[in-house]
Amino acid sequence: MANHKILLVEDNPDDVELALHACRNNRFDADIVVARDGEEALEYLFCTGRHAGRIGAEIPTVMVLDLNLPGIGGLDVLRSLRQNPRTRRIPVVILTSSDDQALVASGYELGVNSYIRKPAEFDAFAEIMSQLQQYWLVTNTAPPV
Amino acid sequence: MTKVAQVLLVEDNEDDIELALHAFSRSRECPEIKVVRDGEEALEFLWRSGRYADAQFHDLPALVLLDLQLPGIGGLEVLRRLRERPETRRVPVVILTTSDAEADIIGGYDRGVNSYIRKPVGFKAFSEMVLQLEHYWLVTNLAPPS
Repeated sequence: MANHKILLVEDNPDDVELALHACRNNRFDADIVVARDGEEALEYLFCTGRHAGRIGAEIPTVMVLDLNLPGIGGLDVLRSLRQNPRTRRIPVVILTSSDDQALVASGYELGVNSYIRKPAEFDAFAEIMSQLQQYWLVTNTAPPV
Repeated sequence: MTKVAQVLLVEDNEDDIELALHAFSRSRECPEIKVVRDGEEALEFLWRSGRYADAQFHDLPALVLLDLQLPGIGGLEVLRRLRERPETRRVPVVILTTSDAEADIIGGYDRGVNSYIRKPVGFKAFSEMVLQLEHYWLVTNLAPPS
């Protein structure tokens, strides 16, 4: 089992593929778990629904969160996370195509740790994923579980 | 008019201040750095009060680098007070400290720190970390609107 776990919350299959591909090329010792909507992300984090009885029940080292999700949106996922004692300290990075200032403000109001605009080109996206992993898996000290 | 500080460094150790300023000066972005040496001055700077009440600047820094061991008001208390006020609730704060005490790490996250970093030992490692911090928070990260 890898040293770190990244929870990637993303519904766009192309972006999931890009992220997984970028992560595979990197040297970081991390497992990537993908949740394709907000509900699944919350079930994973709270070990309910399809993730009830999740073995190990580890908290991710970082959660990478898209905002445009089917059903429960990214900001609502963040809000739920921050309201729960089990999950409220998890570092969350919003990675989204939107740089709408109102969304950026809302993200920070709800306690996001970092907000990154998703680049459209693969090379730039891969570079962002590399930076993100280096920073949140290596440089940052994660909260104790 | 005072140039807008992109980074507020809250640090009382002169060696660490010098290291940080040297590292920043060698970076591609070369950000404007404001140094304050205690928690009270940090709060006055960010809230534009006290000795900074008449200062002519407009925006909050894009990043606050905050040591925990400060004279007077400690770093965790500075963070708690910043997060209580609407005007500073969202400013990105990175704790940069020698402490790896669990109580400090938990205290930082519970008070809304964006990131917690242990100061590496040695000039080279410290410089590399400062450059990485700078690139991540000033280039990659989108700061909250002021």
